[in-house]
Amino acid sequence: MSQIPAELKYVSSHEWIRDEGDGVVTVGITDHAQELLGDVVFVDAPEVDSEVDAEDEIAVVESVKAASDIYAPLAGTIIEVNEELEDSPELVNTDPYGDGWMFKMKLADAGDMDSLLSADEYADEIAED
Amino acid sequence: MANKTPLYQAHVDANARIVDFGGWDMPLNYGSQIDEHHAVRQDAGMFDVSHMTVVEVTGGEAKTYLRYLLANDVDKLKESGKALYSGMLNEEGGVIDDLIVYYLTDTHYRVVVNASTRDKDLAWMENVAQQFDVAIEERVDVAMIAVQGPNAIEKAQSIMSDEQKAAVAGLKPFVAAQAGDLFVARTGYTGEDGYEIMVPDSQGIEFWNQLAAAGVKPCGLAARDTLRLEAGMNLYGHDMDETVSPLEANMGWTIAWEPEDRDFVGRNALTEQKAQGAPRKLIGLVLEDKGIMREGQEVIVNDEVVGVVTSGTMSPTTGKSIAMARVNRALQEEQVLVQIRKKQLLARVVKPSFVRKGESLI
Repeated sequence: MSQIPAELKYVSSHEWIRDEGDGVVTVGITDHAQELLGDVVFVDAPEVDSEVDAEDEIAVVESVKAASDIYAPLAGTIIEVNEELEDSPELVNTDPYGDGWMFKMKLADAGDMDSLLSADEYADEIAED
Repeated sequence: MANKTPLYQAHVDANARIVDFGGWDMPLNYGSQIDEHHAVRQDAGMFDVSHMTVVEVTGGEAKTYLRYLLANDVDKLKESGKALYSGMLNEEGGVIDDLIVYYLTDTHYRVVVNASTRDKDLAWMENVAQQFDVAIEERVDVAMIAVQGPNAIEKAQSIMSDEQKAAVAGLKPFVAAQAGDLFVARTGYTGEDGYEIMVPDSQGIEFWNQLAAAGVKPCGLAARDTLRLEAGMNLYGHDMDETVSPLEANMGWTIAWEPEDRDFVGRNALTEQKAQGAPRKLIGLVLEDKGIMREGQEVIVNDEVVGVVTSGTMSPTTGKSIAMARVNRALQEEQVLVQIRKKQLLARVVKPSFVRKGESLI
C-alpha cells in the first residue's frame, strides 16, 4: 500500500502539499504517483520566481518509460526548487515525501489551502483508479 | 480477455507489474526496470518472450517458399540450427515484420515473428504460401525464455543435464540446437551474449524457476526496451513498419541481392529505391542537454523539421538520453536539435549502436 501521510494535503493529480507557515508550501509527488511512474531519471523543475496558476503544467517528471506533467496545486510564486534532484532524481522514488520534494511556493492566497484534499480524501480518489 | 503466456503465473507470483502488450498480459517490471537492465549488462537476466509467434514451415517447397517470402536468402543456411534475420516485405518494399528463421532441414524451417504483428504475419504467410507446396503451422505448445548477459550462458547451462550441455557446447552465435526437450538458440535482443530457449509449455514455469534459483534475474518488457535500444536494435512498429523499407531502417545488410535471379516479394521496389537512393535514413542521437528524447519528437536543423525520433529513452548504462531517428537522407550535420516539449535541445548524431557487451560506444 502507498503511504499517504495524514499531516499533508493533496490534489487529485498526485501532488502533495506541506504547509510551512506564512503562506509558503512545499510540493512533491505522492508515493502512489512515484510507484506508477517507476524509476525516475529526470526532473525538469519549474523556474524560480515564476508566477503560476492552479493546475498550470509547471514541471515534468521523466521515468525511463514516460514523461509526466507536474501541476501547480495552487496559484502563487515559485520561490525555490530542489536542486538535489538534478543529480539524484531517484530521490523521488526513494523518499517522495522527504528528500524527493520538488519545489516551494508562496501562495497568492493562503486561504486556498482549504480547497485541497485531505489524506483520507486523496486515499479515496486513488482507490478508484 | 488478454492472452497469457505459460509463464504468466510465475510473473504474478513474483509481484510483476503486468501490462497489456499487443493483446498479451506481460510483465513490465518486477520492481525496478533499471536494476533489471543492469542485471543483463553485468550478470544475467531473463525475459518471457513466449508471446512471440513460432511458426513451423514444412513441405517439399519450404525453401523455395521462404526464398520468395523473405528479403534475406535462406539458401545461405546450410547447417541445421543456423539462423537468419530478415525482413518480410510487401510489394512496395515496406516491412511487414522482422523475423528470425531457423534452418532445420530443407523441408523444415522454424520462423519466429513478433507478437503484436501475429495475425497479419500469419495471414500474409498463408497468402503467399498458396503458390507453394508448403504447410504453415503456428506452435502454441512452447514457452520461450531469453537468458541474456555476460554470465547468461554459464548460468543457463548450470541447470541443464549433461546431455543438454553436450548438445549446446560450443554453440556459435546465431545457431540453435535441440537439447532434449529444449530448443536452444544463441540469439538475443540486448547486445549481450545469451540464449533464447524454447521449452514445452508444461515445463515453462519449472524451467523459469530453476533459472531464477541459478541467479538469473527476471526482467520485464521495460528493461528489454532500454537494452535493445542501447544495442541499436530496431523495434517493429517504431523504428520500421510497412511504410519504411529496409534501406531506410539500417536493414540493408539483411537484403540478399545475390543471386540476381532470385525473385522475392518487394524486390522490384527495393531495386528502384536503391538506384535512386532511399529518401530517409535511420540515425542515432545522443542528447547533449538535459532531458529525455521520446518517440514522435521532431528533429530540427536550421529551423526545418528534417525527421522524427522513432525510439528514445534514458540509457541506464550510459546515463544519457539516446534515440533513433528517421531523417532525410541528405542530413549530414553532426549536431541537430530535438523538440522536447517546449524546448529545442542539442543532440549529437552517432551510429545507432550505443552499447556493446556492456561497454558504452558514445
